Amino acid sequence: MKRSGLSKRVIPWGEFGFYGSVVLLVAICFFPLYWAINTSFKTHAEIIQWPPSWFPTNLTVENYQATFEKHPFGRNILNSLVVAGGTTALSLILGALCAYALARLKFPGKIFIVGAILMTSMFPSISIVSPLFVLLRQLRWLNTFHGLIIPYTTFALPLTIWILTSFFREIPFELEEAALVDGATPLQALRLIIFPLSAPGLVTAGLLVFIAAWNEFLFALTYTLDDSTRTVPVAIALFSRQFEVPWGELTAATVIVTVPLVLLVLIFQRRIIAGLTAGAIKG
Amino acid sequence: MRFLTTIHKRGLSQIQLAALLMLPALIVIFLITFYPLAQTFLFSLEDYNAKFATARKFVGPANYIKLFLDPDFRAALRQTLFFTVVSVSAEFVLGLLVALVIHRTFPGRGLVRAAVLVPWAIPTVISARMWEWMYNDQFGVINDILVKLHLISAPVPWLGQPATAMWAVIVTDVWKTTPFMALLLLAGLQIIPEELYEAAKIDGAGTWQRFRRVTLPLLRPAILVALIFRTLDAFRVFDVVFVLTRGASGTRTLVVMNQEVFFSFLEFGYGSAISVLVFVFVALFSFLYMRGLGLRLETA
Repeated sequence: MKRSGLSKRVIPWGEFGFYGSVVLLVAICFFPLYWAINTSFKTHAEIIQWPPSWFPTNLTVENYQATFEKHPFGRNILNSLVVAGGTTALSLILGALCAYALARLKFPGKIFIVGAILMTSMFPSISIVSPLFVLLRQLRWLNTFHGLIIPYTTFALPLTIWILTSFFREIPFELEEAALVDGATPLQALRLIIFPLSAPGLVTAGLLVFIAAWNEFLFALTYTLDDSTRTVPVAIALFSRQFEVPWGELTAATVIVTVPLVLLVLIFQRRIIAGLTAGAIKG
Repeated sequence: MRFLTTIHKRGLSQIQLAALLMLPALIVIFLITFYPLAQTFLFSLEDYNAKFATARKFVGPANYIKLFLDPDFRAALRQTLFFTVVSVSAEFVLGLLVALVIHRTFPGRGLVRAAVLVPWAIPTVISARMWEWMYNDQFGVINDILVKLHLISAPVPWLGQPATAMWAVIVTDVWKTTPFMALLLLAGLQIIPEELYEAAKIDGAGTWQRFRRVTLPLLRPAILVALIFRTLDAFRVFDVVFVLTRGASGTRTLVVMNQEVFFSFLEFGYGSAISVLVFVFVALFSFLYMRGLGLRLETA
């Protein structure tokens, strides 16, 4: 550093402090994941040992095998993929149509509609969980995938619409106009011009919706009844509650679902940060 | 505008087209949020137990009266407020520190920013179970660390006793959500022009003064947005409590109590009264915040 390095050799304590806190910060962020990984590779005997070992002495993958063999965890992952994937697709389609209208068309009552959509993002899910339960039961939608996908979509729409509207606004009018003059319908213009040009927005919104749907717990706990639809968070929360918690298998399960998510976040961090902060400014 | 006339030629007015495009999203939103919300309000005026679905009876404000006399509700409200105030304050202070750290340019900053997202990305239920294991009274690493540092003499059942359970829940929540707070504040820091700091420096302002007089005032909007989001979330806390304690040892927050009333006791009438109150709190709070922020919807 310039300040400290000229004539006197001053020890840059401030710099040590700074880098020390950076290292501490990163360590704290990763520690619970590290500890789960550490535990997941231990034998049962080593897991219930005091004091706990900071590295597994006998590496074993038996916990990973047991997670899939003794629990329907593969099925839970599949369920979560279907639900989160379905929610993402549906929110992007409905959200894009709505955002296109908000970004491009003039009509009365726009402020009112935007306000109503943004308002729903503030609704606590507990406030609608019981009538929705009654509704889903009447429709025989309990314990189905669409019984989760459609409610999730509602919660994802405000953010999706918000992000996509701001992306659509950035696209120059002239391109669309040219397409329309050439005889394209508005829907074709949307599909052929707007979608490709707003791909970063779609990716950002899609990622945030996928992560939110993947993580959702209250609805999933309430509207799934067995492992045919039970998602990962519910499976993990209820992981052998009745008896002793099998910590080896449980930590293996948490590692299996966390590592891909962490990789996703590390790869797409810029997009996610942009989307999160844009979503937040909506107020 | 040519754009307008082109659409017009196709026989649809802009208004019709807009309605057509927005209808699917609006129908879903109406059906899944506004309609159930209205129903929650109606349920709250009924004696309605889902076990005996046929025996619904209109009872007016009886559920609300019961609620205000219910010591469980008052305890839950107190615990929720405690959780909200303590966790949001801690997240704000720590989040601001983290934001200041990752705002500086230094080698490896990109990696650090990505690392900060890790706690946010892990599903709450899953990170809560990771922490539950770390808090374990017999084999937990937290006891191990604290014993080795001589901060405690014997392992503590963190989640099993009222003196520590809520604090353990708060620590887990702070770990999980401080990154989000930090990112929102970072976005605010990035739009403060560098020249202001230069000018303050020339005028002889020290680091602390630059922080007090330049950073804090200009960061105000970002701080407000971050606080509103976190406060609303903290007030509705459910996942982390459900996993760590199921509401035992003095951690039963409003939504945890509400979920129990709904789906353990199937008291849909009484539960709905709690839900309505949660909704009113959240709505009032957002409204006041929006007012404070002076947010205009036209900019949307």
